[in-house]
Amino acid sequence: MKRDLQKAGIDSNLRLWLLVGIAGYLLLPWYGLEDFWTLGWVISFPLFSSDNPSGLFLISQGDSLWILPSLLTFLFSGIALRLPRANPSYSRLLMITGLSTVILVVTQGLSIGIRGWTTDWLGELFGPLNARQYGMGYGGLIFTVSALMIFCHGLASRPRKGADLFVTGAIGLVTAVVSVFVFFPIFIMLMSAFRTEDGGGSLLLFFQRLVEQKLWQVDCLVGAGPCGVAINSFLLAISVGVITTVLGLCFALIIVRTGFRFNKILRALSVVPIITPPFVIGLAIILLFGLSGAVTTTVAEWLGLNPTRWVYGFTGVLIAQTLAFTPIAFLVLIGVVESVSPSLEEAAQTLRADRWTSFKTVTLPLIRPGLANAFLLGFIESMADFGNPLVLGGNLDVLSTEIFFAIVGAQYDQSGAAILATILLGFTLLAFYFQRFWLGKKSYVTVTGKGDSGIPTQLPKRVAIPAISIVSLWTVFTFVVYGMILYGSVVELWGVNNTLTFKHYITAFGLDWKDGIVWSGAAWDSFWTTMMISVTAAPFTAAVGLLTAYLLTRQKFYGQNAFEFGTMLSFAIPGTVIGVSYILAFNVPPIEITGTGLILVISFIFRNMPVGVRAGIASMTQIDKSLDESSATLGASTWATLRHVIMPLLRSATVAALVYSFVRAMTAISAVIFLVSAEYDMATSYIIGRVENNDYGLAIAYSTTLIVVMLLAILLLQFLVGRTKIGRRHAELESI
Amino acid sequence: MSQVIKTNAADVRFEGVSKIYGKDAVAVGDIDLTVEAGTLVTLLGPSGCGKTTTLRMIAGLELPTAGKIFVGGEDVTDLPATQRDIAMVFQSYALFPHMSVQENIAYGLVNSGMGRDEIAERTSSGMDLVGLKGFEKRLPSELSGGQQQRVAVARAIVLEPQVLLFDEPLSNLDAKLRRQVREEIRELQIGLGLTVVYVTHDQEEALAVSDKIVVMDKAKIAQIGTPVDLYDRPNSVFVADFIGEANILDCDVLSLGESESSVRIDNYQFAVGNVIPEDREARLAVRPRNIALSSESNPDALSGTVKKVSYVGSHYEYTIVGTFGEVFAIEDATLPLKSEGSEVSITFKGRGSCLVPS
Repeated sequence: MKRDLQKAGIDSNLRLWLLVGIAGYLLLPWYGLEDFWTLGWVISFPLFSSDNPSGLFLISQGDSLWILPSLLTFLFSGIALRLPRANPSYSRLLMITGLSTVILVVTQGLSIGIRGWTTDWLGELFGPLNARQYGMGYGGLIFTVSALMIFCHGLASRPRKGADLFVTGAIGLVTAVVSVFVFFPIFIMLMSAFRTEDGGGSLLLFFQRLVEQKLWQVDCLVGAGPCGVAINSFLLAISVGVITTVLGLCFALIIVRTGFRFNKILRALSVVPIITPPFVIGLAIILLFGLSGAVTTTVAEWLGLNPTRWVYGFTGVLIAQTLAFTPIAFLVLIGVVESVSPSLEEAAQTLRADRWTSFKTVTLPLIRPGLANAFLLGFIESMADFGNPLVLGGNLDVLSTEIFFAIVGAQYDQSGAAILATILLGFTLLAFYFQRFWLGKKSYVTVTGKGDSGIPTQLPKRVAIPAISIVSLWTVFTFVVYGMILYGSVVELWGVNNTLTFKHYITAFGLDWKDGIVWSGAAWDSFWTTMMISVTAAPFTAAVGLLTAYLLTRQKFYGQNAFEFGTMLSFAIPGTVIGVSYILAFNVPPIEITGTGLILVISFIFRNMPVGVRAGIASMTQIDKSLDESSATLGASTWATLRHVIMPLLRSATVAALVYSFVRAMTAISAVIFLVSAEYDMATSYIIGRVENNDYGLAIAYSTTLIVVMLLAILLLQFLVGRTKIGRRHAELESI
Repeated sequence: MSQVIKTNAADVRFEGVSKIYGKDAVAVGDIDLTVEAGTLVTLLGPSGCGKTTTLRMIAGLELPTAGKIFVGGEDVTDLPATQRDIAMVFQSYALFPHMSVQENIAYGLVNSGMGRDEIAERTSSGMDLVGLKGFEKRLPSELSGGQQQRVAVARAIVLEPQVLLFDEPLSNLDAKLRRQVREEIRELQIGLGLTVVYVTHDQEEALAVSDKIVVMDKAKIAQIGTPVDLYDRPNSVFVADFIGEANILDCDVLSLGESESSVRIDNYQFAVGNVIPEDREARLAVRPRNIALSSESNPDALSGTVKKVSYVGSHYEYTIVGTFGEVFAIEDATLPLKSEGSEVSITFKGRGSCLVPS
């Protein structure tokens, strides 16, 4: 019975994509994605209008004939419906026609732009072209996706490969979007690294600039002057990676394994720094430790010294980044610590290990994937961070800020920026491989299909006491920082006039009542845009991230390492680079989305996706594979297994990915600053604008509001998604 | 038995099936095998012999590198697990920890697109069958090992699969429960007329439940037969020793006959039944229980010295050394004890000794 259903499903899948593709070609406008949000083209129906013509209409008018071949190859794949599936030519036909359709669309899209041919040699080859084409529209998009899916269908139908339709399709889709939105812009950007001023290219010059001493000198280590930019970034990232991992682990252990009285507060508090726009922490640290900062002046007075600018530079950036990135480590680690099977520790204890030994020999090794992931994230985040070094760096030059200045600076040194980006990438890859090397091929499965009736072990005192001390200190510090922020938002003018006032909030978020609500505050526009874009981006980010994690941990396929590398790559690239490369790549056809809300959403999805991937991988390696297999033998398709078995067991990771992508979109600045437009201004770029005008009060008030909004959103999400109930017993944890 | 749950039992056939990992790691090498509908066939062998891989290929969790697999006469070689009408009970049970007992059992039914009423009916009769009434709302972690095992069985049989697979289902249970559960599985299989393929490395378990046993060794099938066949007529030293232990002794074959052969060790000449090897290069396999010991010296028997004796309740276990080598013998505790160091004469009882190719 179930077999018949499945057989019908296979062909109906092919038929579906054929129909969708043809519909895209026939009914939807081929060009123009600019009105993505408004769906304005719907109004200009009927379909056969010259305003938003469909692909078929264009051809019937003799326009844009270069899109015709792709239609022909696409239709050709329909022949497969007449072939038996076991026939090898069934899959071969679909693979060839699907792939050639995609290639045709991409090739013609890249070679014909707004001004005809995009490169000179094409013009020489085919003669001048008077026609032009714009960015791809819904029609083109849906048509291309259908062709891709048909290719994947062919791939999945190869005899004796045992490939799964859903898995192949998912791999194809993720590969395609990552290629288009990560590799393509980076490729365009790197191409400019080889470009010399006169427009030519030079490999020699590229290498000369790559190994420049200015980048690599290590004088600071021996106290003989400043270090190179690359060395600065590297040392900073290592320190931040280690410190945030240790702190994150302390938090996770205390919350899961002790009856610490303030656990609930800790859990909430640890999230606060990520929901804070980065420059706000920097600002607060200046207000505390800067030349005229509260702490600096007080301590200087005590000791009878002159206050200095000690915090600017390495120390300051380290403090700010630690504050900012510890919660990420925490979010990764808590999922892993929670899923360590309690009975393993119980087993260790029955094997004569005391709490400390069992912690050291069982728990710690088991959470190694979590530790490695947390470190990797901290390392990369620090490398890519832009806001904190900008505010607190002083004389400390790091790669991300140098890239920014290379592009916005007077010299507009595109190739210089590209070279720095290459170095940044190199470091990230190093960290990535180091991590893989460390984890090796060990198995870390601890959630098996057997019910687990163990009880989480108490943390040994030797770990609990230092952990609680560190976390308490950190907590107090965080409270002080946020107290400063809150206080700053309600004073007239920081440091000059300390009268309390609400005027900043009123300027930003004032409401009037005139025949309904009037959003009279200055910040409302950017606020709603930010909300809308973040809310749109979060579920996509989480979905793509977890799907990728699933493919990486649960499936074996050709080119898996390259696939993993590709999906992690976007994380290694600082936002500034993403911003610039997106502008370079997506300002012109075939994908013309600069200035839209879409480009913001897309940049957030691909920038934040790796967190979802990492969190997903860390949790999924702990779910026994026999659960997947038993689901498959019970007739569940891969997709059903993913939905009913894997997803419910991954709630922690899902929440982490959703929360993270939402708040990152709300607080991101580095990429955003290049991508915002008058129509789609984001909160952070608005705030930066206020800071530049020395309007600190308004900036801090707006930031405070954002923090509160994100906090509410997180609570709502945690409430909605909830925790996985797998019936582990909870111990009465003794309170400390 | 239950009215609701019926059987769709079908046969399974392997034709030249191989599974090779990487370039040359042969997990299963060129196997031909038929499992008749409605029978319980055990795949038995030491770990690493390829039995689990074979089982997983029936399930569709692994696809063979070469050869064809038929279920119910239909070629399923290229079908993935989801599309085969087969259910499996996993060694770890693989119960979904976030679903209740009821949800676990209903899971496969929901996937087959059944109506709500039918799902409810089948789920409840499935729970009846394995005696889990009243545990519907429990989570797997709130059940004992034996109960979890029953959930796993119920989850599989409510699907009325063509073939039901068991991957070492008893290995996580205690000894007493093991006997009980294996009897329950056998009862269910006979009652419902299921086709069952069962993997185990425990020969006693295999002998107790099987219609037929497939003994596997080093990625190959060593022998296929009924429990009695395998015990009485092993075709190799490996099978003789793996099924029910055997003392393997060198011997001279004096004459080979249709039903009886004459064999001599030292000065002990005797007849063995059921001859398999055609050539004279054969060794003798003797079951420990088929060795008779006597304290009286006998010139026509083998003689040896008791090296070790242990009392295990119902019987004594002896290790005896002599010119022929060393033998392991079992005698009822009702017979007189032969103490360590004493001289004994050894004879072989009729059934259970046989020749195997060396």
